[in-house]
Amino acid sequence: MTVAPRREDYDVVVIGAGPAGLAAAATSAEAGLSTLLLDENIGPGGQVFRAISSTPVTERDQLGADYWVGADLVQTLRASNAEVIQRATVWSLDRNLEIAVSIGGASAFIKAKRVILATGALERPFPIPGWTLPGVMTAGAAQTMLKSSAMVPDGRTVIAGQGPLLWLLAAQILRLGGRIDRILDTTERGNYFAALPHAFAFLTSPYFAKGLSMMREVKAKVQVVSGLTELAAAGDGQLASVSYVAGGKRETIPADLLLLHQGVVPNVNLAMAAGIEHRWDDLQLCWSPVLDASGNSSVAGIAIAGDGAGIGGANAAVVRGRIAARAAVEALAPASAAKLPATATLRAELAKAERGRLFLDTLFRPAPQFRIPSDDTIVCRCEEVTAKDVLDSVAIGATGPNQLKAYRRTGMGPCQGRLCGLTVTELMAQARGKTPQEIGYYRLRAPVKPITLAELAAVPKSEADVKAVVRG
Amino acid sequence: MSKNVDAIVIGGGIHGCSTALHLCLAGLKPVLIEKDYAGRHASGVNAGGVRQLARHIPEIPLSIRSMAIWEKISELVDDDCSFESYGQVLVAENEDELAVCRTRVAELNALGFTHEELIDAAELRRLVPAVAETCPGGVISRRDGAANPAQTTTAFRRKAEQSGATVREGVAATNIRHRDGLWHVDVGSESFAAPVLVNAAGAWAGKIAADLGEPVPVETVAPMLMITSRVPHFIDPVVILRGRKLSFKQFKNGTVLIGGGHLATPYQDRNETVLDWKSLATSAQTVFELFPVMRSATIVRAWAGIEAKMKDDIPVFGPSSRHKGLYHQFGFSLHGFQLGPGAGAVMAELIVSGGTQTRVSDLGIDRFHPSTH
Repeated sequence: MTVAPRREDYDVVVIGAGPAGLAAAATSAEAGLSTLLLDENIGPGGQVFRAISSTPVTERDQLGADYWVGADLVQTLRASNAEVIQRATVWSLDRNLEIAVSIGGASAFIKAKRVILATGALERPFPIPGWTLPGVMTAGAAQTMLKSSAMVPDGRTVIAGQGPLLWLLAAQILRLGGRIDRILDTTERGNYFAALPHAFAFLTSPYFAKGLSMMREVKAKVQVVSGLTELAAAGDGQLASVSYVAGGKRETIPADLLLLHQGVVPNVNLAMAAGIEHRWDDLQLCWSPVLDASGNSSVAGIAIAGDGAGIGGANAAVVRGRIAARAAVEALAPASAAKLPATATLRAELAKAERGRLFLDTLFRPAPQFRIPSDDTIVCRCEEVTAKDVLDSVAIGATGPNQLKAYRRTGMGPCQGRLCGLTVTELMAQARGKTPQEIGYYRLRAPVKPITLAELAAVPKSEADVKAVVRG
Repeated sequence: MSKNVDAIVIGGGIHGCSTALHLCLAGLKPVLIEKDYAGRHASGVNAGGVRQLARHIPEIPLSIRSMAIWEKISELVDDDCSFESYGQVLVAENEDELAVCRTRVAELNALGFTHEELIDAAELRRLVPAVAETCPGGVISRRDGAANPAQTTTAFRRKAEQSGATVREGVAATNIRHRDGLWHVDVGSESFAAPVLVNAAGAWAGKIAADLGEPVPVETVAPMLMITSRVPHFIDPVVILRGRKLSFKQFKNGTVLIGGGHLATPYQDRNETVLDWKSLATSAQTVFELFPVMRSATIVRAWAGIEAKMKDDIPVFGPSSRHKGLYHQFGFSLHGFQLGPGAGAVMAELIVSGGTQTRVSDLGIDRFHPSTH
């Protein structure tokens, strides 16, 4: 069944129904603003609360208590007057706050007085030799299957990478009876030392106890190899083995499935296509939008909340969603803002939720050799461009990712740079001795998700154009 | 202290890069100044049409001159620019439109131009098998084709630099002034001085001309384009419509570029454009009707490049009517890409020899200032 938006204009349109979007839409609707929440998935929850309303996993401990927090957020939203449309793919947003959204194969245009982007995070590319082989997938994709369908790996499985989500996924797979043969930890040894100054905040944050118990749980059941300095997947048309170097020793193990993960980065495509200014974050090694304390971006009327505003995790996302929605309420219906929690209260909650983040960011800052590939390793999967191809183009004059398009079509395929953008920026920065900020990023354009020509052909035309056609 | 060069070219589009290259080939040492990077705007992001077809008569000689260069483009810039020549076809969708085509071809023939050729329904179907069967014919220019615009502009820039041009990118030319017989221009902390200044600044050129006392009726526009995912090969020539705003081109990799001149809103100061999806939907509908094979293709990306459009749709090309040593090369009005290689060659001739064999006299800026002489 196709549900088109009920109106053409809304006070607030929230894009993305993860923790930030759920909280933002509920807050905005509770304050009496006409609110539309658009989400791409079949149900609310985003990645962290994926399938929160439909998961076949009913044993609460298996997905962990943090997962079920999502159910409360969904309940609050449903109790509000917010209009919610699932399977709604926003494919364009511009600085006039005009939104194009595809729902059930038909596109609609709507206008908002305020837009709150809660488009979350993407997994960071992990461009090692062989990462494009069938049998190699991201940990996030594995987690999607686990949450939506209770599917876990049963072949020879290796998990490689680092970061809190890696351990969470491992624990979830094991609790559901899945198989993990080995975990290869790519955390750089030096990072432990670098993170030390931030350890106190971390030790007193909720991350610490949870993280520690999860790692203990996993390590009791799976062999964990730490301190990887090299990692490669190999196989003839299909993953057959994983080889790595740890402590100076090379080892190769047979594998049917390799799950890769080295953290998440803001999903910037829609925000960048809307013209929002981003800057390179040298700690999180990604592009983050330039925002004020309420999440307002450089484009008037567009705020960003959740991991899309810079990685902060689910708890911080919920608070950032409320802060952004409160700012919208203050702007559009100041009288109603009094009913909402005070800004100072929200900011204090955010500080609490973000406690320990600096430690995690420093500890799990991915090592250069796993971010910046060399030789024949594929960088751009859509156009099959290798690291060497990129460096060759730099040698004859390509100065940045947009100029590189003239040589190699990188970023011009259907993924719009989601799988190669960070790699290209860092690779070119390294080759040219510049900072990623100086090198820049692809100019992103709508549609940020492809739509069919037939769907575009079917949308209502502007009057001027209809007349132009009639006149011939 | 200004650095002395032979010429200052402002604007790193295909025109500025081509002129800089041809000045080098004539033995001059130019500086090329581009506020962003070469090919950042219209020159790098246009449809890449290499088209003599359907041009305004005053610019046809320049277009023909340019075509000869395109056909040997590798020899000039050491890069094939992905130029391919399968012709460009203008499709008439009904008998009335075909009658207009017939008159046009007869008019060109009377003037001695033979590159446009009237075709009937059968020849149209042979050239463009996928086109709707109701179309009665059209016009073809068989030597026409298409190239990759970013690759081409980049190649001209690279070859110009290799041939001796000084290139400054990322800094705007400012404080343009004429003193003691020389043009002086600041570029960040540097200054350049030269007897010759070429204004090839695209959408920014109108302001330069106006500041130098030669205002012209020009506006900034941003024609939109969109590209599809890969579809099986079904068409070779570039197709444009007589009656509706549509141009259409399938690349070797299977992607299809859809254009035709619907406009986005330009925000020139921010280097930004905001697309008008309702107009793009009109283009999509036209393609949907004429090429059923395209209906399930997906639109991967849409964009618009910022450029200058003259009120009379004809470029401003040639010497200033007020200042010695000043030359204009802008206002190509959505059809300047194909002219780039030839325009650079002719501009170098005008600068070095004071004249050219290619008829460009109808393109001069003096058409807007009849009383200044």
